[in-house]
Amino acid sequence: MKAKTTTLLAGAALALALTTSAFAARTDLTLAIQLEPPHLDPTAGAAGAIDDIVYQNIFQGLTRIGPDGAVLPSLAESWTVSDDGLTYTFTLQDGVTFHDGTALDAGDVVFTLDRARADDSTNAQKALFSAIDTVEAVDDLTVKVTLSQPQGSFLYNLGWGDAVIVAPESAETNKEKPVGTGPFKFETWAQGSSATLVKNPDYWGEAVALDKVTYRFISDPAAATAALLAGDIQAFPSFPAPEAVVQFEGDPRFAVVIGSTEGETVLSTNNGKEPFDKLEVRQAIAHALDRQAIIDGAMFGFGTPIGTHFAPHNPAYVELVETYRYNPEKSKELLAAAGYPDGFKATLKLPPPAYARRGGEIIAAQLRDVGIDLEIIPVEWAQWLDQVFKGKDYDLSIVSHTEPNDIGIYARDDYYFDYHSDEFNAVMAELDATSDEDARYALLRKAQEIIASDAVNGFLFELPKIGIWDAKLEGLWHNAPLQANDLSAVHWTE
Amino acid sequence: MLSYALRRILIVLITLLAASVIVFAVLEIVPGDPARLMLGMNATEDAIAALRQQMGLDQPLIPRYFTWIGGLLTGDFGRSYTYSVPVIDLVRDRLVVSLPLALMALFLSTAIALPVGIFSAARRGTAADTGVMAATQLGIAIPNFWFALLLVYVFAVALRWVPAGGFPGWDAGLWTALSALLLPAIALALPQAAILARVTRSALLDVMSEDYIRTARAKGLPANAVLWRHALRNALIPVLTILGLQFSFLLAGTIIIENVFYLPGLGRLVFQAITQRDLIVVESVVVLLVATVVIVNFLVDLAYAWADPRLRRR
Repeated sequence: MKAKTTTLLAGAALALALTTSAFAARTDLTLAIQLEPPHLDPTAGAAGAIDDIVYQNIFQGLTRIGPDGAVLPSLAESWTVSDDGLTYTFTLQDGVTFHDGTALDAGDVVFTLDRARADDSTNAQKALFSAIDTVEAVDDLTVKVTLSQPQGSFLYNLGWGDAVIVAPESAETNKEKPVGTGPFKFETWAQGSSATLVKNPDYWGEAVALDKVTYRFISDPAAATAALLAGDIQAFPSFPAPEAVVQFEGDPRFAVVIGSTEGETVLSTNNGKEPFDKLEVRQAIAHALDRQAIIDGAMFGFGTPIGTHFAPHNPAYVELVETYRYNPEKSKELLAAAGYPDGFKATLKLPPPAYARRGGEIIAAQLRDVGIDLEIIPVEWAQWLDQVFKGKDYDLSIVSHTEPNDIGIYARDDYYFDYHSDEFNAVMAELDATSDEDARYALLRKAQEIIASDAVNGFLFELPKIGIWDAKLEGLWHNAPLQANDLSAVHWTE
Repeated sequence: MLSYALRRILIVLITLLAASVIVFAVLEIVPGDPARLMLGMNATEDAIAALRQQMGLDQPLIPRYFTWIGGLLTGDFGRSYTYSVPVIDLVRDRLVVSLPLALMALFLSTAIALPVGIFSAARRGTAADTGVMAATQLGIAIPNFWFALLLVYVFAVALRWVPAGGFPGWDAGLWTALSALLLPAIALALPQAAILARVTRSALLDVMSEDYIRTARAKGLPANAVLWRHALRNALIPVLTILGLQFSFLLAGTIIIENVFYLPGLGRLVFQAITQRDLIVVESVVVLLVATVVIVNFLVDLAYAWADPRLRRR
């Protein structure tokens, strides 16, 4: 009897094993991103495409930013902050190894943070580390970071892709062969074509469902549509063709997920240049902009109108779209009051993204209605950075500021907006020194109101994240609190 | 023939030198700092300066030109600013896509165009000729990216015979790799074939009105023999010219088709390098391409000399 039971059990187990394997979900994924990264080291470049591939997949930081934008523990399992907000003591996860087999210890953290803020650092976000005074290894798994002044956003900053922990053994070669601590290991990069990651069998955290992930680089909107329809790729987390979304919405094979990003799309205005140095002129421009028409025309209806430089999904957001509502008559009155009854001529320099080029045409038409005659000048990114951003050689431009929580740029002295407000700077300085959440929210609201009423820029819309993927795929981020494709929770449902 | 060839070689060398100076100068004048582009909007000025130094951009212009040209002459094409791999590796990886694609397209286009052109010329003025010429007009008029999308929607999206784009690499197997290049090759070949067919036809018709053809006919040669033995060889000169130009175009001018099929070809490498201000890649690849075009033209010149003995004595 006993033997029989065992046989039965064995049979059942075998049957179960067979069924599971027959119905085992697939474990490979091919997804596409629009731009190919220049290299794969997130600590040495600003290109979002680097983080699209490596963030949280290959490289991890002390903290990480979750799908909802919250700061979560990552390589640091916990931390304490001193009462004066100056000393952060991090306890590292035990048993973490880099993909080359070396162990992660406090020395790697010290190396990473010192390298990022060194004189010869080429970190694109070096300013994130500017508050750090010293970094010391207390023991193998404890790191003490001392700041020179309190910084409320410090833990958030450490969650950026630019702050991921690298090892001294591999730091120099991460550009071509990234070596991190994440759940996926880098396998190959066929330049111009694709990059492949495979599951890291020695991962310290929870194992991921996918065995192999291939990123393809598809920039052409029509090609992106065809690649999804033909099944060449199973996901396009940031789909570049809003005009083609309708085609997928009615197709049960696909899931279409419209989420938010940290991209505030603004009509950048040179506040230091005549006539834009006059508040009335900037207010006139604000009253002349019909945001919904811009969103409909440039983004095919996708995008949330904003009235200030802040993401609408952020808990500290204030709705300020009505500060200067669309009113061409009011706009003309303000122009006349500012001394431009017949309007004026100006230039509008447009970088390559479709939101800028399409949006620019619509804005030029809207401003022409109130007498402002814009000459449209298309530029490449390299030119834009040189002429507009660095040289401030522009009147108006359109750009999406995609860095998370970047309202602080309005306090930068030589930023390309050329905006200077003592009131705003005071709020920002206070924010930096405040770590209480409610107090920080209050200050952030104040800051949003100041730049909204100063009409520093034409505040247009929050860039959407249009995600299209196979309906059987789950776990991709719906929103983009920072540019990344964290694949740790992605799995096939059948 | 020999002195003709030597003279052509000298011209090739001068052209290459001039091209290298122009390419270098133009790219240095173009606004846009590679380091600033790499580090983006939040970068601090000292980080940009550190990167410029790392890239060697802090050196003066003229020494940089000589370092670069000296490297080229010794076969060192430099290191990409962005990818940080040797430029020659990038070029090699792209050539294994671009070269077969160009050859496939060229083969298809010639295979279609010559018979069609000869057929049309032999039946000049007939309904068949008119029909063929109307079709080639259409072939020229249709933008190739649009035609490419049409091919993708029919053969990749609807029928799923071939992938919509991308290149799996030759390691994936000959058929898999070739099938990835098939639609792009057709999309590239068709407009080229249309042009080539028209050129073949009109060149043949020109030759057919020459005196020596009349003589050949007068001495009793049948029309077909005249066409094949006397007319075709002489009509080949303009055809060869167009073929040479088409090959150069197919090697690097296929950026739009490469984008539609997201192929890792040379055209996209150059385009991407320009937008990313990867100057060293642009400079080296453009000089390489100029060299290819010049050499192809040189070969075409030699082929003229073969086709037309009078040229050898000039």
